[in-house]
Order: sequence, then C-alpha cells, then structure tokens
Amino acid sequence: MSTPVLIKADQVSRRFVKRSSYAERIAQMLGAKPVSHTVHAVDTVSLEIHRGEVVGLVGESGCGKSTFGRMLAGVVPPSSGTIHVADADGAGTTVLGSRGKLAHRLGTQMIFQDPMSSLNPRKRVREIIGEAPLVHGMVKRCDLDDYVVDVMERVGLNPDVRQRYPHQFSGGQRQRISIGRALAVKPDFLICDESIAALDVSIQAQIINLFMRLRRDLGLTYLFISHDLGVVEHISDRVAIMYLGRIVETAPTADLFARPLHPYTVALLNQVPRLSNRKRAYDSIQGEIPSPLAPPKGCHFHPRCPHAMPRCSVEHPELTEAASNHRVACHLFTEAK
Amino acid sequence: MPPAIPTLSVEKLQTHFFTAAGVAKAVDDVSFDVYPGEIVGLVGESGSGKSITGFSILGLIDAPGRIVGGRVLFKGVDLTSYGREALRQLRGNRIAMIFQDPMMTLNPVLRIDTQMMETVRAHAPVSKQAAREQAREALAAVGIPAPDERLNAYPHRLSGGMRQRVAIAIAMLHKPDLIIADEPTTALDVTIQAQILAQMQKLCARSNTAMVWVSHDLAVVAGLADRICVMYAGRIVETGDVDTILEHPRHPYTIGLLGAVPENVARGEPLMQVPGVAPSALALPAGCAFSPRCTFATDTCRTQKPPVFKAGDSHLHRCFHPVERVAA
Amino acid sequence: MSTLSNLLPGWTTNRDTRTGQALRGMFGRPAVALASLTCIALIIVAIFAPWLAPQNPFDLAALDIVDGRLPPGARGHLGHLFLLGSDALGRDMFAAMMFGLRTSLGVGISSGAFALIVGTTLGLVAAYFGGWIDTLIMRTVDLMLGFPTILVALMTLAILGQGVSKVILALVIVQWAYFARTVRAVAAVESKKEYMEAALCLGFSHRRALFSQLLPNCLAPVIVIAMVQVAAAISAEATLSFLGIGLPVTQPSLGLLIANGYQQLLAGFYWISVFPGVLLVMLVFSMNMVGDGLREALNPRLQK
Repeated sequence: MSTPVLIKADQVSRRFVKRSSYAERIAQMLGAKPVSHTVHAVDTVSLEIHRGEVVGLVGESGCGKSTFGRMLAGVVPPSSGTIHVADADGAGTTVLGSRGKLAHRLGTQMIFQDPMSSLNPRKRVREIIGEAPLVHGMVKRCDLDDYVVDVMERVGLNPDVRQRYPHQFSGGQRQRISIGRALAVKPDFLICDESIAALDVSIQAQIINLFMRLRRDLGLTYLFISHDLGVVEHISDRVAIMYLGRIVETAPTADLFARPLHPYTVALLNQVPRLSNRKRAYDSIQGEIPSPLAPPKGCHFHPRCPHAMPRCSVEHPELTEAASNHRVACHLFTEAK
Repeated sequence: MPPAIPTLSVEKLQTHFFTAAGVAKAVDDVSFDVYPGEIVGLVGESGSGKSITGFSILGLIDAPGRIVGGRVLFKGVDLTSYGREALRQLRGNRIAMIFQDPMMTLNPVLRIDTQMMETVRAHAPVSKQAAREQAREALAAVGIPAPDERLNAYPHRLSGGMRQRVAIAIAMLHKPDLIIADEPTTALDVTIQAQILAQMQKLCARSNTAMVWVSHDLAVVAGLADRICVMYAGRIVETGDVDTILEHPRHPYTIGLLGAVPENVARGEPLMQVPGVAPSALALPAGCAFSPRCTFATDTCRTQKPPVFKAGDSHLHRCFHPVERVAA
Repeated sequence: MSTLSNLLPGWTTNRDTRTGQALRGMFGRPAVALASLTCIALIIVAIFAPWLAPQNPFDLAALDIVDGRLPPGARGHLGHLFLLGSDALGRDMFAAMMFGLRTSLGVGISSGAFALIVGTTLGLVAAYFGGWIDTLIMRTVDLMLGFPTILVALMTLAILGQGVSKVILALVIVQWAYFARTVRAVAAVESKKEYMEAALCLGFSHRRALFSQLLPNCLAPVIVIAMVQVAAAISAEATLSFLGIGLPVTQPSLGLLIANGYQQLLAGFYWISVFPGVLLVMLVFSMNMVGDGLREALNPRLQK
C-alpha cells in the first residue's frame, strides 16, 4: 500500500506466567511432571496498520485479540517483540514498549467494551471528557467548557447534559461519552475493543455510523476488534483473523469474505448466522476451542481442521502470501511454494 | 387433517411491575401461538419485554411484578390459574426453560450427574441407576463427547459451551412439549453457537417439541425459526413467517431493525438509524409506543394505541401506516 | 434477575447519589434515625461545651470541696444546682461529662481522621501498584491486626509517654490497618475496571490516577468504617484512661471520669462513675448504629 504505515507490530508476544505454588513445586521435586502455567495470549503476531485504514481484527474468545489491542494502546507491555509507531512528522518511528517497557502514546486511544465500567462513575461528563486535555495543556481552563461542548456535539450528545453522571445515561450514550473522551485528546489512531458488542442492534447502528462519520471527518485510523463478522465486513478495509494467539489470515475485506483460504476462516464464515440463510442446517466444526494454557503443538487449529496433515501437528505454519495482499498461515498453502 | 391444538397459546398477556416509582408495564397485551414442532422466534431489544414474557409463561415472575391480565394456555389449559404445586409439576417435565447463563440452571456445588439425576427423579419414580443412565443418554444426545467423564465433573470444570449443552440436556430430559429458550447462545462464540443451534434443531425435529426462542439477534432467529414475533415496549408489533418478516416487513420498527443489520446495507453506506431510544416501561407514550421515533407518525399514531391489523395469511402487525415496500 | 434495571434504562432519582444514599442510611429507619440524632446532639454538645456547661470544672478556684459527693439534684452551699451530682472534689458531674465528652470525641475523631488518611493512602497504593509493594503493605497490615489493640496502644504509650497527642498517635497506629485492608479490597476491584485503563491511555500520572480517579470510587466503605472506627477509638481511649495510662488528669475524658469515680462506687456514690459510663455507652452505641445504617445504604449489591 502506498499510504504510510502508522503502527507496526513486529513478532509481538505476550505471555502470562503463573508461578507454581509451593505444593506443586514439592510435587515436582518428588517426581511429578512439571505443569505449565504459561498462557501464550499473543504468540509472535506481526501486523502493519496504514494511516487512514480500518483494520478489523476478528476471533473468538481466548484468541488474544483484546490483549493485542491493549499492547498497541500501550496499556499492556509485550513480553517480546516490538511495536513501532510513526512519528508525527513522518520522519521516523519510535519504539513503543520493547522488553517489557511501557510508553503510552496520547495519539492512540481505546474505546472499551463495557459501557458501564469504562466510565468513572464518580465523575461528571464534563470532567470525563475535559480532564485529559486540560492536564496535558491542550486547552486552557477558560476555554474548557466550549471545548467539551464541541466534542459532545461531534459525538452526537446534547451538550446540556454535561453536568450529569454516567449512570444517568443509556448504554449507547455512554459509549458516545467514551468516544468523546478519546477524541478530546486529538488521537490519530482508535482501537475499538468490542465497543458495540454490549449494545442493542439499533444503537449499534448509530455508533457504527458515528465511527464512519468520524473517520471521514477527522481522518482517523481504526483497529476494530470484534467477534461480529457482519459489522467487520461492513466497516473494515482489511481483516485479520486470529486463533489462539496467532494471526491465521489477513486480506482486504472483499477478498477475505469472497475467497477465504484458511480452514478456520472458511468454517467461521460458514457458521456465522446470516439473515439470508433461512432454516438452514447448521453444520459445525467439531471440538471445543482449546485452552490457551495448553495449545496444540504445531498449527493450533489442526485438531479441528478437516484438512489436517501429519505436518500440521509438528510444524507451526508461518504467514505467507498466497494471493495479492492476502496472507495465510496454513501448510496447505506453504506446500505449494 | 384437523388443525392441531397449539402447544402454547398466549392471549393478551399483561405483566406489570409495581415499583416505588410507578407501574412498569413490562408486558402489555402480548398474544401468539406455538404449534407442536414449531420454533417461534421472539425478537426484540433490551427493554422490549421479551424475557419477561418467557418468565411469565412459566410463572417465574416474583414481586413486585405479577401477571395482571390475559391467559397462558398450555395444551388448552390455563396456566395462570394453576397453583404453585401444579406449576412445579409441569416445569422441567412438560415445559422446560433454558437461560442465557447456564449457571442459572446448574448448581455450582453439585456434580453434573447428581443434578441431572435429581431432575429425572423429581418427575418420575425411577431408580438411581436408571436415572444415571438417562442422564448419560441425554448428554450424548446433545453431542457431548465422553459423557461419563462429564457426569463426574463439577460445572466449573466445563467450558461455557459445554455448560450450556448440559443445561439443554437437562431441559430435554423428560422430552418436554415446550421449551422456552431465553437467549441461550448470546454469550457464546460463533463456532460453539453453531454447534448448539445444530443440536437444538435436531432435537426439536426428532421429538416434535415446540420452542419459543427469545433473542435480539435476527440472524440467529432467521436460521432457526419458522415464525418471528417482533416485540417493542411490551407489545408484539409484527408477527409472521420468517420469510415474510424478513422480506416484506410492514412495521417501521421491523424495517428499522432490519436496516440496522450491516448485512443488509452496502459496504461503506451508513446503516439505517432509528433515532432516539426505546421508552422506559414506567413512562410509555400515549398512543403507539414507537411514535416518538417513527418517521411516519401522524396524530392518530400519537394518540391512539394501534390495534392488530392483518396484512396477509398469518401476517399481523400493529401499525396505522404500514410500509408497503420491500426491505432494502 | 436484574430485569428491573433492563426495564428502566437511564432512570435515576436523587437517591442514587452517594450523599442521598448516606442520608437515607442515616435517617431511613426509625431506630437508626434516633441514633443519628443522638450522635448529632452529642457532637453539638461537645463543640459548645464551654458555653453550655453550667460550671467550668477545670477552674480550681470555682470548686469547693464542701460541695463534694452531693447526690443528683442536690444544691450546693452557694445555691448551685448539681443536676447529676458532684464528684469528690465538688465538680459538677454534668459539666464534667460535657467536657469529658468533648475530649473523648476530640481524641476519637482526630485519631480516626489521621488513621483514615494514612490507611486509605496505603490501601490505594497497595492495590494500584500490586507486586512487592502490595505484599509489603498487606503483610504489615496483617501483622498490626494480629496484635490486640490495647496491647499495641500500651506498648506505644510506654515508649512515648503520656499526653493527648501521644494517645492519638497510639490510636492511629492501631487503627490505620483496618482502613488499609478495606480500601485495598475495594481498590483492587476498581483498579481492574476499564476506566482505570482509560486513565492509563489518557496519560494520567500515577498520582492523578490514584487520587482523582480511583479514590472517589473507594470511599463508600471508608465512610462506614470511619464511623465504626471512631466509636472503637473512643472505647479504646476510655480503656486506656481507665487503666491510668491514657490522658492526663488535667484533660479528663469520659474514661478518666469513670476511673476517678470507681473507688467511690462501692461507697454508694454511684453517680460519679455510672453517669459518665452511661454517656459513653450511649455515644459508642449510637455511632455503631449509624455505621450499620450507612453500611446497608452504601452497599452496592443491595442497590436495585
């Protein structure tokens, strides 16, 4: 793509390690097998996001998409790998968090899932939206009120309610306040972590339209994390599919939905309920999603894959380019090379 | 062939909650029928009263709420006139309920086999061995691999999808005539949801069970149900076959709901936005409950509650100005 | 089934603000309302004691030992009415009790306040930073709570000597652990919530995140504990004074008054000890009742 890269994750991993308790250590000394307490929430993920792009990140629970989003936001430090962020002047990149160090970047903001707990219940809307720009010197105290009114209008809220508390608003309105809080610090990159999952369908439509309008008006870049394929198809330019901590496929949206390559993507798209499919027989992939504590060796998906080969249980497939801008991590496609 | 008696017939049901802040009319004149082997989808957003309808059918409404009007006929018998003991004998036996959170069905401190055997023996005098065997079969029927292992386990050892399947197995233990499913797959992943929907379809077809599937997800209901009832602010605003509702909706709210689904809108185009929010059950507008948000509302709509109109064979709606065109 | 909350999105009344809840807790039930009024009345008496008391019990010149040990309702040799009798030195019990109340409440509230500041800060810091800081602070808390209250106070006073400020310090050392433990429990839950992550994204400093974002959400249990701890501090101070190691004789608290009259009890001059005792019980009891009422009202689980 010709547009410059805004943020690039390079072989980023995040491991959560729980140390064995004393009882377990004694058992191990006495000869019991060592038990792994490491969760590979995110496993060597590389992803590039270009300026102005909307990238959809799709996966089911336990795939690590939320953790990855938080790493890009600078809220969770990566265990290994680096995240590069383009500087404002476009000249170079800063490294955001390598080897466990954290650096928040005001230009990257996050919209969270739960409209209840993502707003401070003890603060008025005016403070929620206005505190950060004031603290960072973006706005003078005398101009703060006008600034907040401006932000509220931009996200579709009536400015007269800025003295109220979060519990006095509905879910959709609270998400608008969250978006306002993020916009108040003038970000260029928004990470939406299941931001509409907790809302009613008709309210979801309102918020999706808002996201699209803001993208047009402010030139924002989005990482849209969701499990809802319908919404992702509608709003994204490019989609990445995650399974158990790894990215298994990335492609431009139209390509992915028309010609999915990875067996997991194929199954996922097949099983998503769609309005156009009536009274269909749901045929599903067998098996449960494995626990992230004990992911299968080799390709994580091989126990449930209808095309599994002996190689799949041994070797971890890398993301390779199977078609133009369409990358898959599957031995079915690396074989051909 | 004479028309069958509907397994479930809800007639003008009204459930109100008497709170300190006033009367919340959660369910206000709801009527629909479910025939044996049929799956009816009860679709609505939060606050529409769909869950309360499900609970009312089973008599699970506690103070400060109660059923204030209408009848719930199960195979011709009025459940609202039943006493506690009579209802208890029906529940779990002839009528079963599946909740959104399987932990509302499962007791966290009891093993799975204990719980299932309890359910079996509550309604049939069988020995413990026979009950356990029945439980084992029920688990296998819902597609749980290695049922013996699962029987010995506690609920917390099972994943969410597995727990929901156990809850469904418990519901199917006595081959009930009616199942009320209150958003059972909402909290589950897509692939697990697909497995459970497949199981439910097979089970209902096999035992000719009638099912009411309460959901906010039109796409799930589209693939599963025979008929759809759309609820808004405590009333059913449109009801009909799946195909009719999805292709020829008449009520502006149904059209708004369908227009909000990204699948129906071209990529990059804004979704249809229904302005405003649903009214609180404490303060329902006079006239049609949807009129404050409706682009076609007239004075009639704002002052009179719309009665039921017939738009076609078994296609009913409540709108003074139904829309004639096809949904986008 | 939180169905009511589904039915009524966005609905709220004045009762939902914290002040509204606290007031409802204090005056909602008749028994608690009575206790609240008693507390307020006692606090007013304590504040205005120098103006309300019929006699200044510390003014040695005004005392006359001739008026000693007069029963309640008796008149002194100058015609002064001793409402609740007089003690061995001729002090009006009513006046002495007012000043004793003032001292008791003063010590209780100030030690409670300092313990609140220290304990709350340490609890917040422990929950927010986690790791070794959390372990260090909480193990210290466990250690403090393992010792009996009076023992710790005794040891502290033995080292520091006597005096009002030293008693307050001893009580703070005893009490901060209760605040720290409670605050840490609430703060641990609150700091995992998404608005705290948002604070991180928005680039707030640790100090701002702790005191501007986290603290206001942890105050509900602190209010409840503060009430109960002040009552406990008053009791503890009374015990210390009774044992003779608390406040000096020049600033008697209710405990000291009880102690002073203790020898006279068996001689039949009950009023010197019993009346301050009754007042002390009344004070502590009503404070605990109010604390209970607040606990119920501010409990987030009971709200709906």
